[in-house]
Amino acid sequence: MTPELGQLALILALLLALAQGILPLLGAWHGNRALMAVARPAAAGQAVFVALAFGILVWAFVHFDFSVQYVADNSNLALPWYYRIAAVWGAHEGSLLLWIFILNVWTVALAAFSQKLPEVFAARVLAVMGLIAVGFLAFIIFTSNPFGRLLPMPGDGADLNPVLQDPGMTFHPPVLYTGYVGFSVAFAFSIAALLGGGLEQAWVRWARPWTNIAWAFLTLGIVAGSWWAYAELGWGGWWFWDPVENASFMPWLVGAALIHAQAITEKRGGLRAWTILLSIFAFSLSLLGTFLVRSGVLTSVHAFASDPRRGIFILIFLTLVVGGSLLLYALRAPKVASGKPFKPVSRESALLIGNLMFAVAAAMVLLGTLFPLIGDALNLGRISVGPPYFGFLFPLLMLPVVLLLPFGPFLRWGKGEAPMLKQILLRAGIAAAACAIVAAFFVDGQLKAIAGVAAAVWIVAGVLLYAYKRWREMPRGRRYPAEMAGMLLAHLGVGVFVAGVLLSESLSVTSDVRMAPGQTEHVGGYDFRFDGVHRASGPNWRADQGVITVTRDGRQLTVMHPQKRTYLRGQVQTESAVDAGIFRDLYVALGEPMDANKVEDAWSLRLYYKPFIRWIWGGGLLMMLGGFVCAADKRFRLRRAATDAVAAESLQVQETHA
Amino acid sequence: MNRLLPFVGFMLLVVLFGFGIWWNSRHDPNAIPTPLLNKPAPAFVLPKLYEPTQTVSKADLLGKPYLLNVFASWCVECGAEHPVLEAEGPTLGVQLVGYNYKDAPVDAKRWLAEHGNPYNVLIADEPGNTAIDFGVYGAPESFLIDAHGVIRYKHIGPLTPDVVASELKPAIAALSREAQP
Repeated sequence: MTPELGQLALILALLLALAQGILPLLGAWHGNRALMAVARPAAAGQAVFVALAFGILVWAFVHFDFSVQYVADNSNLALPWYYRIAAVWGAHEGSLLLWIFILNVWTVALAAFSQKLPEVFAARVLAVMGLIAVGFLAFIIFTSNPFGRLLPMPGDGADLNPVLQDPGMTFHPPVLYTGYVGFSVAFAFSIAALLGGGLEQAWVRWARPWTNIAWAFLTLGIVAGSWWAYAELGWGGWWFWDPVENASFMPWLVGAALIHAQAITEKRGGLRAWTILLSIFAFSLSLLGTFLVRSGVLTSVHAFASDPRRGIFILIFLTLVVGGSLLLYALRAPKVASGKPFKPVSRESALLIGNLMFAVAAAMVLLGTLFPLIGDALNLGRISVGPPYFGFLFPLLMLPVVLLLPFGPFLRWGKGEAPMLKQILLRAGIAAAACAIVAAFFVDGQLKAIAGVAAAVWIVAGVLLYAYKRWREMPRGRRYPAEMAGMLLAHLGVGVFVAGVLLSESLSVTSDVRMAPGQTEHVGGYDFRFDGVHRASGPNWRADQGVITVTRDGRQLTVMHPQKRTYLRGQVQTESAVDAGIFRDLYVALGEPMDANKVEDAWSLRLYYKPFIRWIWGGGLLMMLGGFVCAADKRFRLRRAATDAVAAESLQVQETHA
Repeated sequence: MNRLLPFVGFMLLVVLFGFGIWWNSRHDPNAIPTPLLNKPAPAFVLPKLYEPTQTVSKADLLGKPYLLNVFASWCVECGAEHPVLEAEGPTLGVQLVGYNYKDAPVDAKRWLAEHGNPYNVLIADEPGNTAIDFGVYGAPESFLIDAHGVIRYKHIGPLTPDVVASELKPAIAALSREAQP
């Protein structure tokens, strides 16, 4: 009975979402306050029912209710409880439910914190959120019911995909979705602004922390995904330009551009149309990601079950949402670039160049991701562009960003002074050159590594110089407001990330070897001694577990235990052993036994020495931290008095029809 | 006009995606072209599952077309496929050869006792070496092999009533048409 209640809750949520999506819009149109007032209670009610449905699915997993098809497909009696909860989002239906649940969390937060926004505007924003929920609830109810029954009820279920049975993977989807869905807030703001015909600087200020938080979550989600790929797939790589990775990376790039564009619009009133367009793009790319992953249009290592009905449903939804909002943009976007004028050398110009680079990079990733599809369309056969395409174009596009990054904060709004810039160029440049020369001796003249050191020092020196300037020139207490501190942290993160990528890419040592017990291999200055393989077991798996003792100059450092697990239902999964360090990782993955009947004998092994790889994720985490710190700035908290004042003096955007 | 550009660009994408869905509905996106299609099946000699002392070779099976079905007791999908084989097997008009893949004979026999045995011939490949010659990706997998020992059709994954009706039966019908004149 309980699972049916879950489905009923979803249907009620859909009805409430319809009320939330339609009535306030009508109310805002006719100036009917009663209809506008429907938005908040409807949003709250929808959230209650969605949470109920989500809770019921969790409960079904926790209590082994295998009469529910989805539970039987994705869990079994031996699966530990934490993976049974994670199994809720382990496949298509449950991930969608999680998506809607998170959308509701954002909507409720929006409803709670938007009390001080103008009534009409808040009603429109909440209505847009409601309409998005309608699409997803209809999708889940009509094509992907997680509560479908299975008769007769099996005694035990199948298994959660073993690649998902990893701590990193349990929280990766919720965090990633929080980021994806968070862009719906900026999107709803833009649509509400287009509908109302006026885009006030105050709303941009109000929207900024929401964008920052969404972007920070997305960053964390991507970092977690990358870390998981590294630890779990056994290839020592951290990014594969896989369609599903790209699906999360495109909104991230556009989100990064949006954060900077919003800063310009809020502070200077300029680039309004661009900010609106970027908000639409950021959320559209999140939806597009969902479409690409869920429709099976592209096949990838993440291949989810594809069902043409689902593909068509999402495509129609995507067309309505994205096509509708872009059409609205074409008709209603502010025509003339308003805001204060700026000179070629100014903070606006620098941000704009960065913005364009991010947007072009996102377009480049989109093109590369869709290439197999284009190949089919033009009858060129199954072709796909892989890491060579991305690996060449992406750094090329990011080069200007890295070069300009130290200057951005020093430049003033409107116009900057050239002498000051020369001074920074000189100082950061000398620091970068000096470190690069020193580094050259340590890395055997590896150009990529030298470039990595130079670029990282260039960025970090720029950030530190600016931090020092603030320290010297500003009075205590006003030196580093949260917004400023967040920016500095995130930019520092870029430097750390660049160093991590280029150093680990160029200095890593890989060795594919066949090792007999007792044999020692020398990799990257470390001695790996293979001490054989023995059996190990866990709650729902058995494994061959290797023992590798690592020594350096005769001193024992660590003992590593890579595994090759076989789960209950026969799926095989490697668990690499990683000895983590700030300056280097040692990484061992178990391959195959040389003779399948003698597992105690020789095995093939992959041994890696990966210097500075941790800096990649460290840089990502710093960027994430920057996003959160920035969002905490007191300036973004709306006071009614202040809003009214800003609203009164704000520029009314010309209503234009192209 | 300028402002319409994003909309127009997006609509082009929609057309591309629409095409993608249409294309995928007509082509199996998981179809892995098998190099063995329309080539002679690899030679094999494998023990019978129930009489391990006797063997079955490729030569023994020549003369009549047969469907080689790769299965294992550990394979969940095979459980889903089994009722289809039970129901459709006798109507196919070809021999059904069960190829027990990387399985302990005891488990396989227990599994067949429990679920029923639709196979006319049962062979066991416990080490899985012959399966490599066949290019088996995993169980279940089915090969339609004609009277001359040539692989004429291959399906990866469970045979569903749909696949049997739309792919397997036409392939078998094509074989018997060839045999007629």
